[in-house]
Amino acid sequence: MKVTIDGKEIDVPKGTTILQAARMIGHEVAPPAMCYHSKLKTSGGYCRTCLVKVAQGSTANPNPMPKPVASCRTEVMDGMVVENFTSPEILEARKGVVEFLLINHPLDCPVCDQAGECKLQDLGYENGSAATRYEFKRREFEVIDIGEKIKLHMNRCILCYRCVKVADQITDGRAHGVISRGDSSEISTYIEKVIDNDFSGNVIDVCPVGALTDKTFRFKQRVWFTKPVDAHRDCKKCSGKARVWLKGEEVLRVTSRKDEWDESEEFICNDCRYEHKRKSDWVIEGPSPVNRNSVISQNQYQHLNELKVQIMKQQKALGFMDLNKKP
Amino acid sequence: MQLTNRKKVVSNKEQSFAERIYFPAIIKGMAITFSHLFKKRPTIMYPEQQREYAPIYRGQHVLKRDDNGAERCTSCGMCAVACPAEAITMESAERKKGEEHLYREEKYAAKYEINMLRCIFCGLCEDACPKEAIFLTDKIVDAHFERDEFIFGKDKLVEKMEQRVDVSKRQTPEVLAFKKIPGLKHNELFTEKLEKGKKH
Repeated sequence: MKVTIDGKEIDVPKGTTILQAARMIGHEVAPPAMCYHSKLKTSGGYCRTCLVKVAQGSTANPNPMPKPVASCRTEVMDGMVVENFTSPEILEARKGVVEFLLINHPLDCPVCDQAGECKLQDLGYENGSAATRYEFKRREFEVIDIGEKIKLHMNRCILCYRCVKVADQITDGRAHGVISRGDSSEISTYIEKVIDNDFSGNVIDVCPVGALTDKTFRFKQRVWFTKPVDAHRDCKKCSGKARVWLKGEEVLRVTSRKDEWDESEEFICNDCRYEHKRKSDWVIEGPSPVNRNSVISQNQYQHLNELKVQIMKQQKALGFMDLNKKP
Repeated sequence: MQLTNRKKVVSNKEQSFAERIYFPAIIKGMAITFSHLFKKRPTIMYPEQQREYAPIYRGQHVLKRDDNGAERCTSCGMCAVACPAEAITMESAERKKGEEHLYREEKYAAKYEINMLRCIFCGLCEDACPKEAIFLTDKIVDAHFERDEFIFGKDKLVEKMEQRVDVSKRQTPEVLAFKKIPGLKHNELFTEKLEKGKKH
């Protein structure tokens, strides 16, 4: 099936959603997504950040769709024409969505452990307005512990349901979900029932905001002062492939590896995540890929060669002497 | 081979009588010294007398408290990441119940150190601070004999409630107005995309 997204055409199999097709083309057309997670079934459709405009439904029916559609839940049709960043209407709509997501979200990024790798922070920075128009009191909850290792800040939750899908699909015997409805819905563990499952720690990784955070890493260090490396170990429960965040020789935390869309590649078990905090426990493969624009990439020199080539080009253009050449 | 044209041939000329007794040269030297008594002095008597400072002089840092006496710093690390000299380090801790009067936020800096030998007093930490906690003051950093004495901890940086530090000069109305401009940097990406879309 042929789809055109922002003027770029791609051939995709039947059943692909617009979001997946856009991701196949690349970052320049892919809409942002908060609640969609590629490894979780039936995720998506809650947050509305991935809204796109369908300018032409299909070759058979060339009429546009009347309203913006959620690209994570809409499957492509042959000859569909989609507008994302090229449509001012969509950018305006997305700005509105971000404003809605931020209505109850506190502005406590300086305190929050997720700051620096938070998807809502990126989304707000790229699509939101600088100031809030909301004048009422934000809803407030007490910070609670879910089990021994996880902290829940319900204030920060944007109700993306990703953690609920993890509890449903990855772990057996779901122990937490969303209770109440509409404005008063909240993540609950059936009255603070502890999640003691081997894979429960993955709810931290899938949380796009700082609502679910690792208690063993709580306030230890800001993420941009730690160095992520890909590492593995022999584990009976999971693949053992993880991302280890180092500060000097110290392992500050262990997370799953994230792909280019910031979604976990493989889920890891709690044993790997919480119990192995020594560098000798892990076989380090090398530095993890970090986006050049991310604050985590400061003081990291993976892109050094790329940078060198760029500088050399500039110097050549300016007529500098080649200092690397031997006389 | 001549390398320069500044060579001087040493003469072995005999000194005259006036030169030999040195007296005229001494008089000449004394006259120069004496004439300085009547000229304007370039130095001042420092601790008693002080030169005029720029009102926004950047000297030693202060970590401000709020009006209730709670520390404003929440240990977010923005100053440390902004610091070009990497002079700032910190360790954070969680506020316990009953400590609300000591720390403003849920998280606070248990340890906050500035290495004054590394610091270049650029003031970027102040710009980066989202909590208006760190400011540079007009106090000159004291001299010390040992290197480790230049690592200033919270004992030296946090202001004391008895002697609060006035930083209003560094928050000029222009600075305050600048901080309030909506969409200065944050909307850049969005407007860029929007304009691109319109062109399309």
